[in-house]
Amino acid sequence: MSIPITPTTPAELVEAVRSRPRVLAIGARTKPRLSQVPDDVCLISTGALHGIVEYEPEEFTFTALAGTSLREINQALTEKGQYLPFDPMLVEAGATLGGTVAAGLSGPGRFRFGGVRDFILGVRFVDGQGRLLRMGGKVVKNCAGFDLPKFFVGSLGRYGMLAEITFKVFPVPASRLTLRLTTSDAEAAAKVLTEAANSRWELDALDLLPDSKTVCLRLAGPAPALEALSCEVLARWPGQVLSVAEADAAWTELREFRWAHSGCVLVKVAITPAVVPALYAVARSLEDTRIHVSAGGNVAFVSLPSSVPAAALQERLRALSLPAVCLSGNAPLWCGTRTDSAISTAVKQALDPQNRFPGLDD
Amino acid sequence: MSDALHRLAALLPPDHLLTRPEHLAAYESDALTAFRTTPLAVAIPETTDEVVALVRFCHKEGLPFVARGSGTSLSGGSLPVADGIVIALNRLTRILRLDPAQRIAVVQPGVVNAQVSLAAAPHKLHFAPDPSSALICTIGGNVAFNSGGAHCLKYGMTANHVLGIKAVLGTGEVVEWGGPSREHIGPDWCGLFNGSEGLFGIALEITLQLLPRAECFYTVLAGYRTLEQAGDAVSAVIAGGLLPGAIEIMDALALEAAVAAVHADYPPGCEAVLIVELEGPREAVAVDRVRLDEIIRASGPVEMRPARDGEERLAIWKGRKSAFSAVGRISPDFIVQDGVVPRRRLGEALRHIGKFAAESGVRCANVFHAGDGNLHPLIVYDGRQEGALKRAEALAGRILKMCIEMGGSITGEHGVGVEKLDYLPVMFNAEEMDCMARLRAAFDPLTICNPGKKFRRAEERK
Repeated sequence: MSIPITPTTPAELVEAVRSRPRVLAIGARTKPRLSQVPDDVCLISTGALHGIVEYEPEEFTFTALAGTSLREINQALTEKGQYLPFDPMLVEAGATLGGTVAAGLSGPGRFRFGGVRDFILGVRFVDGQGRLLRMGGKVVKNCAGFDLPKFFVGSLGRYGMLAEITFKVFPVPASRLTLRLTTSDAEAAAKVLTEAANSRWELDALDLLPDSKTVCLRLAGPAPALEALSCEVLARWPGQVLSVAEADAAWTELREFRWAHSGCVLVKVAITPAVVPALYAVARSLEDTRIHVSAGGNVAFVSLPSSVPAAALQERLRALSLPAVCLSGNAPLWCGTRTDSAISTAVKQALDPQNRFPGLDD
Repeated sequence: MSDALHRLAALLPPDHLLTRPEHLAAYESDALTAFRTTPLAVAIPETTDEVVALVRFCHKEGLPFVARGSGTSLSGGSLPVADGIVIALNRLTRILRLDPAQRIAVVQPGVVNAQVSLAAAPHKLHFAPDPSSALICTIGGNVAFNSGGAHCLKYGMTANHVLGIKAVLGTGEVVEWGGPSREHIGPDWCGLFNGSEGLFGIALEITLQLLPRAECFYTVLAGYRTLEQAGDAVSAVIAGGLLPGAIEIMDALALEAAVAAVHADYPPGCEAVLIVELEGPREAVAVDRVRLDEIIRASGPVEMRPARDGEERLAIWKGRKSAFSAVGRISPDFIVQDGVVPRRRLGEALRHIGKFAAESGVRCANVFHAGDGNLHPLIVYDGRQEGALKRAEALAGRILKMCIEMGGSITGEHGVGVEKLDYLPVMFNAEEMDCMARLRAAFDPLTICNPGKKFRRAEERK
């Protein structure tokens, strides 16, 4: 594979795309499986395409170049008392904004207000013909044109190369409080997830840890209210309130995938709370497989040890009719169910007629 | 009846294809009443299989069609085409699945928006998007136009609540995207389909996410001497770090209309009324409302009226939500604009609108989602007067151009439809328009799905 091209401006990005017959963008490569493509594809690094272009705290919006690190964005937002409510992942690992959109990766905080797709407002991107185009907008509400910005979430850079992205942000809640609840097994934990998600508490995050029985639950809002709500939660289920330091460590561990096997297969699976017990049963049937269930039982991250072949996981996910994408390690990119449709090919043709970007199956 | 229509009728139960002029008359317009077109026929399918058969027939015959729910589009989104049929989805009204544990509902496109929340209410759940027309508009239309409402700042628009879509595309292909999970894998096809204004095909089954209904609300209405003061109050609320569920403003003419129509009661002598609503667990609202009251009191209102109970809250919302139809009572015709400007420029935008209106001699009431910077100028005119519609449209056009110049959008939640056809190419350049045209052709190579909406038909282009 050749050395990546590193454009520093959107104009240079256009040049880079036009300069080669086959190209794919890479950011910090924190989800390396997504850019494992045939050797004839030239990689374009967004490493030098970084910086916040506009940030209007009173508008609840910012625009940044695709290669801007989440760390830089989080820092700028924190200074103004705001945040990205979808709670981006792999921040400390160096993940970029563009990679986060392409991967469609949201953290535990996505439980309350939604994921990447719910906060992306607009993009500037280079299409397969090498044109720099703008879609969506820069204001918090807009439905003019087609919503390509949403389409790009999870599309792995296969339909266009992101140059610049506009996001909606929210004010940081006045305070947060994390509770750790202990249940007997995955079945009981799944019930806690469902019940807590339907409660009046308006939880900020609701996750189930790899041990399959510890539920991590976060409340957010004015401090006096959280005291009262946490008492109510703890009257319902046994558990404890974590200190600020403990809570930070617990959520960072999840956001950064520190619980996962290092350098092995890591897979994102779209699930429902009902399937949680079956999924942990899969983990038990595959030696030392770990699962973190996030967003109240709507997404699972599965980490395989090197001893377990990816095909074994793929077979089980298909048996459960679950779609999945592999983020890192040696496994098929789409390692769950996948339905292909004629429209997928037609849209690819529309946006990338010369197949300059690899396809979803390359 | 032509040969093609005879074959079309055979795809439906008896009497489900309307062709008589007196029957077609009911379908010739939607909520953008200035535009009227009589379709060749109106098909009323009873099942989604019939919808698929109809679309495949249209594809085979190259026959244009316009899908229609309750016809509440304010941009003319369901205006028929003279050389095509209307596919009326009002019989597809089944809620196929309501899963309270999962917090989802799977519905047919003809289900009325408010029916979803009504069905979910026993489980203390609701469907968040709440356009003013919620009592009659359908989910199919909400999806096609990515409808909003008063709670978009905090909860987003329809697209943010659609998890899965089964649809028949303009090619006749039936696709299923997403599903019951709140997360998706691969490109977000549902996101792309939402707001496509019927140009991609017809949604047959829609999976909606439901949210727990807020336990407690705190709604406060404040009257201001000037619109600018009300705008400044919005900025102060935002700067205060609060995240209200809704922030709305009505101007003097809109207030006058609401008073006349639903006997709404507002502080006298005000040029603007601001409505702010907090929602959440009661403990949280109890703390935040103290802060909100402080901020509003400091913003110099003439009067502040917090709703003391649920009834007073509903009364506040009744006045606001009836504003469009209320203006209809003080004027024979009106156009509702839907432009968006950056929130901090709301005051400036309103000053310009006032100036434009005065210059053109056309009256304009303003109701808007202030939290989103989403303006709804209601341009009132009398269609019986020579040139009145033209003057109203000219004013609307000036407002849209102003929104684009301010870095906003020509539409926040109503869509382009037929009403803003001339302004999408102002907001997007030729290459961007070309990209959208290519996308559209991928879904509908024959241009049979709602032709003439969002983009002008080829034969109409100059």
